[in-house]
Amino acid sequence: MNAATLFGLSGAALVGIGLYGFVTNPEPLRKILAFNLLGSGVFLVFGVVSRRAAASGLGGDPVPQAMVITAIVVAFAATAMAIALVLRLLQETGRSTLGADSPGDTDRVSGNS
Amino acid sequence: MTIFAVFDIGLVVLILGIAVSTIAARDAFAAVIGFVVYGLLLSIAWVRLAAVDVALTEAAIGGGMTGMLMLGAVARLRFAGGNDISISLPVRFATAVLCALVAAGLAIAVLSPPDAIPTLAPMVMENLAQSGLGNPVAGVLFVYRALDTLLEKVVLILALLGVWSLAPDSVWGGIPGLRVYARRSSTLTFLAQLLPPVGIVVAIYMCWVGAKEPGGAFQGGTVLAAMWLLVMIAGLKRVPSIGQPWLRPLLVVGPVIFLAIGLAGMVLANAFLAYPPGYAKPLIVAVEVALTLSIGVALGLLAAGPLEQAQQQ
Repeated sequence: MNAATLFGLSGAALVGIGLYGFVTNPEPLRKILAFNLLGSGVFLVFGVVSRRAAASGLGGDPVPQAMVITAIVVAFAATAMAIALVLRLLQETGRSTLGADSPGDTDRVSGNS
Repeated sequence: MTIFAVFDIGLVVLILGIAVSTIAARDAFAAVIGFVVYGLLLSIAWVRLAAVDVALTEAAIGGGMTGMLMLGAVARLRFAGGNDISISLPVRFATAVLCALVAAGLAIAVLSPPDAIPTLAPMVMENLAQSGLGNPVAGVLFVYRALDTLLEKVVLILALLGVWSLAPDSVWGGIPGLRVYARRSSTLTFLAQLLPPVGIVVAIYMCWVGAKEPGGAFQGGTVLAAMWLLVMIAGLKRVPSIGQPWLRPLLVVGPVIFLAIGLAGMVLANAFLAYPPGYAKPLIVAVEVALTLSIGVALGLLAAGPLEQAQQQ
């Protein structure tokens, strides 16, 4: 097994780990973190695609690499936005979880999930 | 070769172990610290995949900036209402099985590559010389897929607008709630005085060298943002209110110059975001310089977080 396949398999495992954390952890902040893990697993699989397509004296195909750079930046922007939403939720409700305790809040709160 | 194989296996074990620990950790603070370490290890994996540009971005953004944002959030959420939702063991087990299936599906795709692996590398290299750039990734970012890069910067600004818009009415136009640790003559103050000059030179170098070697506007801008945040956190400079007249032009100067050159391309080179022959490299460097500034300000303000104080008169 070469290095690219090894990293590809770990990328696949990271997607599984991230997805599990995203589904099972009730805290929004931990969900965001797990979602970032999931995303980085997908990026790693992309990196393997790039590495295997090495040609013309390059270590990898630059097109998927450039796409991953764009993806990391967009993921950061989305994370910043999501964290701001969580902090606003805290300001509004005093809680950091997405429970449905008070019926009045249900619609607005679950709308952010 | 074997030493590299051992290194790779060790690296993958570490990455997976830390990934599991960030999910399993009870304490959110421990999880975030794990995530920062994970980002740095992942950037080593990117170097091993011969993608140094991605490695720099992952270390700067994936580990550093995201980690900082999350640490800030953890500090504010520390005394939040408790988490009383518990998920039963059978549900956890079923989720684990389904997630393992997803991972297995991806693993099968990784293990069975197509016979003829498609690659755009020869096409990239064929035309790269015309642009005057030496770094193929920069070539893709600023020549072949320039629209993606332009929109990516716009996404950053939109995210920042989104974060600002979440502020309550009373603090609109106010100051982001970055925590400041101003204690006189501490190590932090010393570092905040020592590092910025070095950091600014590194940022300029990264931006300049990005045309030829791994680096570029994004990595340079992140270093600038980190230096700015360091100075603000140490309390040497105040966090600016978002209504400052210098701040908003700086935020948009990069995308605006990029867009202006793109539109000029419609007249001079017959296509949107095309560069006139012979002027590609100077134009790209000009765009990169402006973008570095804008990215630095945008990232710094995104990391500084939502608005918390009203502007003081």
